[in-house]
Amino acid sequence: MEDDVKKFLYVNRKAPYGTIYALEALEVVLIGAAFDQDVSLAFLDDGVFQLTKSQDTKEIGVKNFSPTFRALGDYEVTKLYVEKESLDERGLTADDLQEIMWEDEDDDWAEKPSIRIVSRAEMADVFADQDVILSF
Amino acid sequence: MATLHTVNKSPFANQSLLSCLAHAKDGDTVLMIEDAVYGAASGTGLADAMAARSGVNLAALGPDLAARGIATERLLAGIKAVDYAGFVELAASHDRAQAWL
Repeated sequence: MEDDVKKFLYVNRKAPYGTIYALEALEVVLIGAAFDQDVSLAFLDDGVFQLTKSQDTKEIGVKNFSPTFRALGDYEVTKLYVEKESLDERGLTADDLQEIMWEDEDDDWAEKPSIRIVSRAEMADVFADQDVILSF
Repeated sequence: MATLHTVNKSPFANQSLLSCLAHAKDGDTVLMIEDAVYGAASGTGLADAMAARSGVNLAALGPDLAARGIATERLLAGIKAVDYAGFVELAASHDRAQAWL
């Protein structure tokens, strides 16, 4: 079965509420998690806005789906690559992002961060390392 | 292990083409389709950004160029016009495809 595992990357380049892309991407990730593939998520350009803290959508009448990112670890989705240049350009730092952790069952259930801040060049390497890239 | 990147939005309306160029690796191909073909014309403000990525193969979809009245002679140097069969060839000859929506 191991031979059937492919590297899937979901690329997020859109802000969360202006269009439906970000929510749809998360839905597809959760559905795809059932298929035991090697899944990663990439956040670059306006996609980094999806991960910010303190989102409150009560007054715009849409669901705040940002807490769902914290559940991804339970679906063995533990690699969230975030591009540093995209954060910098938008006046954000890693501290502006939610803390998203996963529990490593091979390491006595130690809590580990899912977010990995990478440079633009490293993000290009992440892309080049995939079998399948799904863009949102 | 090259990637085929497709871009379908005008580079004068959003940053997708520039972001794509910033992430493409040498040996990759960037194919402009739909409104992105406006970025393939010479004499635009994007010419320098395109020329700076000389290790990346640049292509534009001919039917989309024709639909928008962009003659092949007006293409930036180094950009290849491909037809639909050429698009399929590119998809088949690269290891993966990435759509910059």
